[in-house]
Amino acid sequence: MRWRPRARCCAPATSRTCRWGEGRALTVGGHRIALFRTAGGWYALDDACPHRGGPLSDGIVADACVTCPLHERRFDLATGEGSAPGDRVAAHRVEVVGDEVWLEIAVPVLAAA
Amino acid sequence: MSADGIVIVGGGIAGLAVCEALRERDRDVPITLICGEDRLPYDRVRLSELLISGEDADTLCLRPAEWFEEHDVTTLLGRWVTAVDAAARTLTLDGGQELAYGTLVLATGSQPLMPPLPGIDLAGVHPFRGPEDCRAVRTAARAATRAAVIGGGLLGLEAARGVVEQGCPVTVVHLMDRLMERQLDAGAAALLAPALAERGIAVTLERRTEALEGRDGRVRALRFADGGELAADLVVVSIGIRAETSLARAAGLEVERGIVVDDTLATSAPGVYAVGECAQHRGVVYGLVAPIHEQARVAAGAMLGRGGRDTVYAGSVPSAKLKVAGLDLVAAGAATGEAEAVTVDAEAGVYRKLVVSGGRVAGTILLGDARGSAALIAAVRSGEPVDDPLAALQAASKVSAADLPAEAQVCDCNGVCKGEIEAAVTEGGCATPREVMAQTRAGTGCGSCKATVIEIVADAAGGLSDEPAYLCPCRRLTREDVAHQVRADGLRSVSEVAAACGAGRDCGACKPALAYLVSEVNANRHREERDARFINDRVHANIQNDGTFSVVPRMYGGVTTPDELRRIADVAERYGARMVKVTGGQRIDLLGIRKQDLPAVWRDLDMPSGHAYAKAVRTVKTCVGSDFCRFGVGDSIGLGIAIERAWEGLYTPAKVKGGVSGCRRNCAEATVKDIGVLALDGGRWEIRIGGAAGASVREADVLCQVDSPEEVMQVSTAALQLYREEAEYKERLYDFVPRYGLDRLREAVLDPERSAALRERFAIAKAAVADPWKERDEPYHPRQFADLDVVGPVGVE
Repeated sequence: MRWRPRARCCAPATSRTCRWGEGRALTVGGHRIALFRTAGGWYALDDACPHRGGPLSDGIVADACVTCPLHERRFDLATGEGSAPGDRVAAHRVEVVGDEVWLEIAVPVLAAA
Repeated sequence: MSADGIVIVGGGIAGLAVCEALRERDRDVPITLICGEDRLPYDRVRLSELLISGEDADTLCLRPAEWFEEHDVTTLLGRWVTAVDAAARTLTLDGGQELAYGTLVLATGSQPLMPPLPGIDLAGVHPFRGPEDCRAVRTAARAATRAAVIGGGLLGLEAARGVVEQGCPVTVVHLMDRLMERQLDAGAAALLAPALAERGIAVTLERRTEALEGRDGRVRALRFADGGELAADLVVVSIGIRAETSLARAAGLEVERGIVVDDTLATSAPGVYAVGECAQHRGVVYGLVAPIHEQARVAAGAMLGRGGRDTVYAGSVPSAKLKVAGLDLVAAGAATGEAEAVTVDAEAGVYRKLVVSGGRVAGTILLGDARGSAALIAAVRSGEPVDDPLAALQAASKVSAADLPAEAQVCDCNGVCKGEIEAAVTEGGCATPREVMAQTRAGTGCGSCKATVIEIVADAAGGLSDEPAYLCPCRRLTREDVAHQVRADGLRSVSEVAAACGAGRDCGACKPALAYLVSEVNANRHREERDARFINDRVHANIQNDGTFSVVPRMYGGVTTPDELRRIADVAERYGARMVKVTGGQRIDLLGIRKQDLPAVWRDLDMPSGHAYAKAVRTVKTCVGSDFCRFGVGDSIGLGIAIERAWEGLYTPAKVKGGVSGCRRNCAEATVKDIGVLALDGGRWEIRIGGAAGASVREADVLCQVDSPEEVMQVSTAALQLYREEAEYKERLYDFVPRYGLDRLREAVLDPERSAALRERFAIAKAAVADPWKERDEPYHPRQFADLDVVGPVGVE
């Protein structure tokens, strides 16, 4: 059996939660997640840049990528793939249900939480 | 005027196009251009810009007065031709003066149609055609509470956009069942209406206005044939144009809907030609700009007896581009045909269509996504054969400028083909897009083709060796390109810029630069969008390597009080600052503050933001000066505080640090500041600019010496504003000064008139500045400083 815990954000799919083109941080079971809202939809990545742990939720968001505010590493919002080879953050599934955003955080550490 | 000379009647785009086409082929033939309006030819296509910007019509001038002098074109301004005697080859000017001509060109353009409705003469009802109309509509829109535009064509929609930009709600009233029915099909028109609604422009269709209702001589409502009413205290009428043919008709020329011309643009009278909106060719009167240049070339060749490749005019494929902020709409050729390929994304407001007739491309409509428009328009014009319309449409979005044929017209406003742009590089000695645009004028009209022009130049030059400093490298747009777009379209936010030219959409790295540009051009009356700002400017604190923030309150001139120090100490303890540090700029830095605590920290500090996190004026460091120092000769503290207060809160291309020293000992290190001031003996002051003592060390240049603190303020403020307007984003003053040139900079800021103008723009921008730390009470966003709340984890599988 696989643990697939889901986290639910409170009425977040609105501009009062997250403005278009920005990211916001949230904590699920001790795990920091960056949630992004763009023209293309909602995305979620781990909120720590693999380089030096910079908060991606504070990064600048373009149509399909986010740039870490500390040293400008760039990541694809959908896949978490970094622009530098081997750079990668975990990407999480996001589903908008009504005015709520559902996140599916598939991280081993969460299974214990 | 010699009898073999050419006289052109009409100072519009067509009249000028004929002048240019003639001069390209013949330097000597005498040319006289008669302009009815009291100004040189201007770009009427961009008229709606005046409505938005309120600028003078002179800004749309197509050629400066010197051009006409250099090219030996005699201009008569504000003169009307009252009669033409085609047999005697003479014309009569207002005032009775007679003029002989060898060849006459009628480029009299068109008049706006004003329907003979009851109430059309009421105050508050305006046509939309000339600069005067723009001015009148603009003024009226600022005072009006509800406007209506009668007519949902291209011009009507641009008029509506201009009205809404003045803050007046507007409804477009259209007779037909869809907007721009001549250019659009039902599908595109159906998506256009909601896109306009998003921009504050309401649309009502299939409404025939029967009368304009008034009260006390002023319009108050439209009354429709179906009995309905629409309240409006401003009405703009833009239902179409009528060719101006009265002069031709009176002279006995053959006139139908326009002045009838043959394939050489010759009218029925020998020696008389007609070009532009007044001409009717093969039964068609063109109301758009693109055909004018083709017509002018053929007419000039025919008049001079040397047409070259342009001997016959076979008609034009009309194309239209709607210039409404952030809305891409391009239409060319037929809107419907035998076979059609359409891709639609209704949610994103994207509609792309290719029309095919007889196996050839006959038309295209691109709404919301105009990629490949240059290639598609070229395909429509050349009637390119096509097997699979859908495949062709999809391929077009990936087409680059390299795939365009040399004869494809890239710039419709100025009639410039791809081949001419390439020739400017390979033969004309141009190396950069800017030079090419100056030489060919491609891209200098409405600007929508600029990206294509840049691409062609890059290809022709084999890559841009002299690559300009791109503000948006992804889209190869320079600061000037974007600034032009912002001004031309009256853009007020980064998202509007992104929609208009794509800048900032790909990697996002240039979004802060765009945000600065939009704020600077709009003198801080822009629409703030925090997603375009670096995190520091979203939360007004400096992000540290652990994701916490540093807080530096402002201390004017480095002067503080025991009370402020107590508050700082309390805050440091209360919010667990990891370190309290005195900065090099004579202030105090609280390090390790959590984002969510920032509003409370600012509240408890009760001091203004020091902008230590921003590309802005940070500190003005001072020594104790004549107040305390036994060597001081000037009041450096007083002047430093005055400068810091005057400049506080203004954003700049890169950070700006100042310093004022009270004597030559220079204890405030003013000679290594971006802008430094030193007190000299005898009450004089020296102003230095472009110093650095950071990553690079550079002694500041001496800008000038002046006699009073007031003059210091004036000169240094003008210099700061020049830097704000002219520097590239992230370009420090110490890089800007050598690039711009110290002498040039000195000329600008020491010239009384230019200095005054710079300071006035500075004052306008400064007036809109507020302390960003006030967002503690009125946050930009409810979650500006806080994480999201989470319910869960729940739903374990």
